[in-house]
Amino acid sequence: MAGLPLYAQLINLLAAILLLLAFAMLAQRRVLSLIDLFAAQGVALTASTAIVAWGTGQTHLWFSAALTLVLKVFVLPWILYRLIRRLDVRWDVEGMVNIPTTMLIGIVLVVFSFNLAYPISQLASTVTRSTLGIAIACVMLSFLMMITRRKAIPQVIGFLSMENGLFFAATSATYGMPMVVELGIALDVLVGMVILGVFFFQIREQFDSLDLKHLEKLKEPE
Amino acid sequence: MSADPAPTFALWATLAAIGAWLVLGAIGLAAPRRLRFVSRVLFPLGCAVGAALAAVALAALDDAPATLVLPLGLPDLPFHVRLDALSAFFLVILGAAGCAISLFSVGYFRSSDGTAPGLVCFLYHAFLASMAAVLVADDAYLFMVAWESMALSSYFLVTTEHRIPEIRRAGFLYLLIAHLGAIAILLCFGVLQGGSGDYAFDAMRSATLAGAWPSVAFFLALFGFGAKAGLLPLHVWLPEAHPAAPSPVSALMSGVMLKTAIYGLLRVGFDLLPFHAWWWGVVALALGLLTALYGVVFAAAQTDMKRLLAYSSIENIGILVAGIGLAILFSAYGMAPLAAIAATAVCYHALNHALFKSLLFLATGSVLHATRERSLGRLGGLIHRMPWVAGCALVGTLAIAGLPPLNGFVSEWMLLQAFLFTPRLPQSFVNMLVPVLAAALVLAAALAAYVMVKFYGVVFLGQPREPGLANAHDAGRPERVALVALAAGCVALGVFPGPVIGLLEPLTVMLAGVPALAPGQGSWLLLAPISEQRASYAPLVVLVVIAAVVLLAIAAVRRLWHGRVRRAPPWDCGFPLLTPRMQDTAEGFGQPIRQVFEPFFRMERELPTPFDAAPRYSVTIGDRLWHALYLPVARAAEAAARVVGRLQQGRISVYLVYSFLTLLALLFFVR
Repeated sequence: MAGLPLYAQLINLLAAILLLLAFAMLAQRRVLSLIDLFAAQGVALTASTAIVAWGTGQTHLWFSAALTLVLKVFVLPWILYRLIRRLDVRWDVEGMVNIPTTMLIGIVLVVFSFNLAYPISQLASTVTRSTLGIAIACVMLSFLMMITRRKAIPQVIGFLSMENGLFFAATSATYGMPMVVELGIALDVLVGMVILGVFFFQIREQFDSLDLKHLEKLKEPE
Repeated sequence: MSADPAPTFALWATLAAIGAWLVLGAIGLAAPRRLRFVSRVLFPLGCAVGAALAAVALAALDDAPATLVLPLGLPDLPFHVRLDALSAFFLVILGAAGCAISLFSVGYFRSSDGTAPGLVCFLYHAFLASMAAVLVADDAYLFMVAWESMALSSYFLVTTEHRIPEIRRAGFLYLLIAHLGAIAILLCFGVLQGGSGDYAFDAMRSATLAGAWPSVAFFLALFGFGAKAGLLPLHVWLPEAHPAAPSPVSALMSGVMLKTAIYGLLRVGFDLLPFHAWWWGVVALALGLLTALYGVVFAAAQTDMKRLLAYSSIENIGILVAGIGLAILFSAYGMAPLAAIAATAVCYHALNHALFKSLLFLATGSVLHATRERSLGRLGGLIHRMPWVAGCALVGTLAIAGLPPLNGFVSEWMLLQAFLFTPRLPQSFVNMLVPVLAAALVLAAALAAYVMVKFYGVVFLGQPREPGLANAHDAGRPERVALVALAAGCVALGVFPGPVIGLLEPLTVMLAGVPALAPGQGSWLLLAPISEQRASYAPLVVLVVIAAVVLLAIAAVRRLWHGRVRRAPPWDCGFPLLTPRMQDTAEGFGQPIRQVFEPFFRMERELPTPFDAAPRYSVTIGDRLWHALYLPVARAAEAAARVVGRLQQGRISVYLVYSFLTLLALLFFVR
């Protein structure tokens, strides 16, 4: 590792932190802490994007970093906090699979992701290529989180953190997507959040709860 | 394409007629709720277009084929159109029947809670235009576009009263089978182009197909066009869709649309396919006669007048397909004169069926409007209330029953002559088969007469079975004109077969290679297909003899009758409380046929016991093929759907697991 420049080492460190946060989110039962973890993931992501921008001189990544900071560290957590306050759903989250099993599945997924990323990172020419495996692992772990949660809000947080993983994959493999695409995705996430917020109210109005098992009634009867 | 025939006036006029119908439809669409405007202006204009089209096509029958490439369609895939004798003949059918039906529709369509009048007008004219486009199409692309527009517009016309669930169900069944057929036709064209990739009919004519491919193409065509025509076992939609549709639409579908399927079969079988195998003919012949028998036997058991007519249409389509099979058989053995007779009989019968079936469907429409009743068990005695309709329906009934001197007799007689003239064919087993098939044809024709006696007798004769029938009124003026015109057509085609067959000559030459009547045989008076020594038919003489016998009988009665009248009540078998409901019913009249042909039906009977306070008798006639063929397929589809339905758990996390596993698998295999 001695050959790596400082910024690359920093990025590797932040990638490790991101993975750790993903695991923490997988294990976290409390919704409020989950939002804090999500915000922390946003901070790590902002930092890593800024460091890539500084290290490689890609100026448009500065804008990405600023966007990420505003959106994922301040706006989205604030919306989620507000939702939780308005909906009064502070209760602890009951997972469908117990935590140790989830963690074990997560480890298998990480191994799979590294295995998957290896040939791709050999082809990439960027200095940050070794973090691609971690990015894919973050996507997979967020997906796993969406699967294992019963309530609507943790699923949405899983969805948002999956987007974080994708964003990180984009920065690490190709120094970020074109600005237009990034702006589009940022807007999509914001709009998606608003729509999901409306849905939360509708779901609760209908079923008096945000537990998704009530939605099973919507299935066509046998 | 060096000898590219120039477009003629007739072709331009045909295209103009298609355009005019579309414009009329579009105007109707723009004024959807203005019933008076639609019925008083647009339908008469559509009628005039139909008459003009019939006249132009009639004049174009012996013109040389004319082609044109339209600047429409996809880029590099323009529409080709062509007008030859075959197209022109079927355009005559379309124009003539369409003209009469449009005239009838002037007084028929009323505002209801179904489709708005302007929309009906649009669909009706789009239906006419797409049928005309099918007939002039000269490439598979335009043909399929027109064919599918025809299916769709007729589907929406069938479901005009879409608030009634049975009608929606009938419409779906029709649409399903129409699409099955369309797939087969598309595949047929795919085979016919022979790997050249050129879907113009001209390229198909010159394509050479090797091995079994011509047979594949022919049977795909038989299946596809048979689905539209109502050939066994694809007939199930017909008795559902025809009663569901408004009467003019039923008339148009039965009279004209079924003929476009016959046109397609003739086009593929005689124009696009280079040669014929004898066993195609045998299969078509057997299938056609089976369909004819099946249709007529079921018609005898029906108690709904429009269902009865629908089954009778199945019978007539069976006869037409049998005739096509016979023509193929003869031309495969190189017996061109006999093939010509069979082909002429088919075309003649197609024309006849268009006239008398339209006439009868329109007559049922008038009855339906006057009485609001379709069930034969509640009609009767209408000849006194509706003399015009009853008189025209009588002509149609006699014609469809195949009685001389009307038109139904001519075509069935010619087809029978083609059977009877069959010399020793090279295949001994076909030789043995032909007399049996001829007997089956005669049986079908005789049963058709039985069915028509039932239809006419129960609806128009006797006493009214319901008190409400006393208020029935005759049809309005436009309806009367349409009915009389169709009836006059039936009479004219029956009395003057010689000139009609002379007009059909270019068509016969195109299909079979030689004219049906050898030179010097037959005249305007006498019809003699092979030679006067063997068989000949002089309808005018028959008519004169019938008229003379009737007049002489009347004169004799006048002369010999003593003139004393004694009025007395009729003998009531000692039971004085006779009511009109004690007349012979449709069920009663059809009962012997139900007994004789019991294996055909699937009957569910509910018989009263002697101790019932309110005795009830009911019988439902089911189609065995429906239960043996369609329901198993439907059940299999449902079972498969149930297996797939297990995927639907209703849980978001399960769905997420699906996409997660798919993602993992893709990542694993693609990397």
